[in-house]
Amino acid sequence: MLSLAAVSAGYGSFRALFEVSLEVEAGEAVGVIGPNGAGKTTMMRVISGLVPLMAGEMRLDNRSLAGLPAHRIVEQGIAHVPENRRLFPRLTVEDNLRIGAFIPQARAHIVAQLAWVYDLFPPLKERREQLAGTLSGGEQQMCAIGRALMSRPKLLLMDEPSAGLAPLVVAQVFELVQRIRAEGLTVLIVEQNVRQVLEVVDRAYLLEVGRIRLAGSSAELKHNDLIRRSYMGL
Amino acid sequence: MDIYLLEAVINGLLLGGVLALLALGLNLIFGVVDVVWIAYADLVMCGMYGVYWLHAYYGWPLWAACAVSIVAVAALGLLVHLMIIAPVLRAAPINQLLATGGLLFFLQSFATLLFGTDFRNIGVRLPIIELGDVYISYARLLAFGMALAGAIALYLFLKRTFLGTAIRAISQDREIMGLMGVDQRTIYLVTSGVGGALAGLSACLLALQYDVHPFIGNTFGPLIFMICVLGGLGNMIGGFIAAFIMSQIISIGGYYSSTELSYVLAFTLFIVLMLVRPQGIFAR
Repeated sequence: MLSLAAVSAGYGSFRALFEVSLEVEAGEAVGVIGPNGAGKTTMMRVISGLVPLMAGEMRLDNRSLAGLPAHRIVEQGIAHVPENRRLFPRLTVEDNLRIGAFIPQARAHIVAQLAWVYDLFPPLKERREQLAGTLSGGEQQMCAIGRALMSRPKLLLMDEPSAGLAPLVVAQVFELVQRIRAEGLTVLIVEQNVRQVLEVVDRAYLLEVGRIRLAGSSAELKHNDLIRRSYMGL
Repeated sequence: MDIYLLEAVINGLLLGGVLALLALGLNLIFGVVDVVWIAYADLVMCGMYGVYWLHAYYGWPLWAACAVSIVAVAALGLLVHLMIIAPVLRAAPINQLLATGGLLFFLQSFATLLFGTDFRNIGVRLPIIELGDVYISYARLLAFGMALAGAIALYLFLKRTFLGTAIRAISQDREIMGLMGVDQRTIYLVTSGVGGALAGLSACLLALQYDVHPFIGNTFGPLIFMICVLGGLGNMIGGFIAAFIMSQIISIGGYYSSTELSYVLAFTLFIVLMLVRPQGIFAR
């Protein structure tokens, strides 16, 4: 479904990604792990269109995404749950969700979409009139994921969904990822919590200093020495 | 209560209506586009000339002249954004201020060229209403009512529509609007058009009460800025309330002394408040 081929990107004269290639097939859950500053967030932003490509190719279902601005990439079926949630703090939960359905193809089905998201995340329905900035960390993550789902995406990008959350809540978040997969969505997750993410994804890539260092099934990576030593503390 | 004081309070309220509408427009644009339109009051001047031209000169019925003027100033708002604001969006704030300042001089000079510096009146005489012993200008009452209607319409637009929600969102987190599928440029344009429409509506309401001349923007422009800053720049509700605070100070101050001194009082209070709380009364 999604393929990156030798993608390079960065900010001005600073290059963050060097010839990154990866693939995500429909229905899969793929993880990208790596240390801080590896370029994981940059990679997500390149896919969602916030950061332009400097070199390489990016395709969704064989259609090139290069040069498309972010709001067009949403229309193509890619939704990005940003790092740190980035909810609109002074809008209600429901308004945050509604804005996620801004594109015409989602707007036409907004009633059904809202019902679906509230069904997936009942706490959001209880708090629909509450200002998003007053939600707890776990609730905010739910709202951010729900907001991304409102655009009826094929592919969901999740940038460090466990960041800043208490361990119990982290477990709940990854449970949500399982539930989203069960709804038929394809998911690409960037995570620092290697142990947890390898439990929910089929495959994963290791990104270090802007380059793909390792790739394999989650089973393979769980037993890989480098991963175990450097990222799982074993 | 002294009947003249009551009149002053009521008049202050009515005066505040249009000021509040203009404060809403200016705050809307600043909150979204993050540029202060120094020339905002002069868009109102253009609208007033539009009403004068169409009604007093060409003889159109007043409601038609007003409707067309509102649309025209809304279009002018779009033009201002496309031609003047968009090119300097990423420039230093001082450059942005200079650009809109330049627009101010341009509009005033252009109006002088077209119409000369005479004071023009649209020639509409509306009655004075008598409620007990209180005399209220019908024009002012109508202006207040329409301004309130405009404010309510704006509120509903911002709260209930997708575009309105996007406008509220963009001032809270500009960068991720793209991830919502929203084209920032569209939001800027819509906001500029709505800001222009509010200026156009204010123009119609002011034309009912005051003569128009090229420099009329200078009489209430600075006041609108002060109201917006007083309420917290970008804070719509703050500006709305601040408008009525200032208008009451001016009106009641004018009752106790003279109109000129009442303005001095209002501005002095403003300076003092800025020293005490520079971010504005209602700033977050």
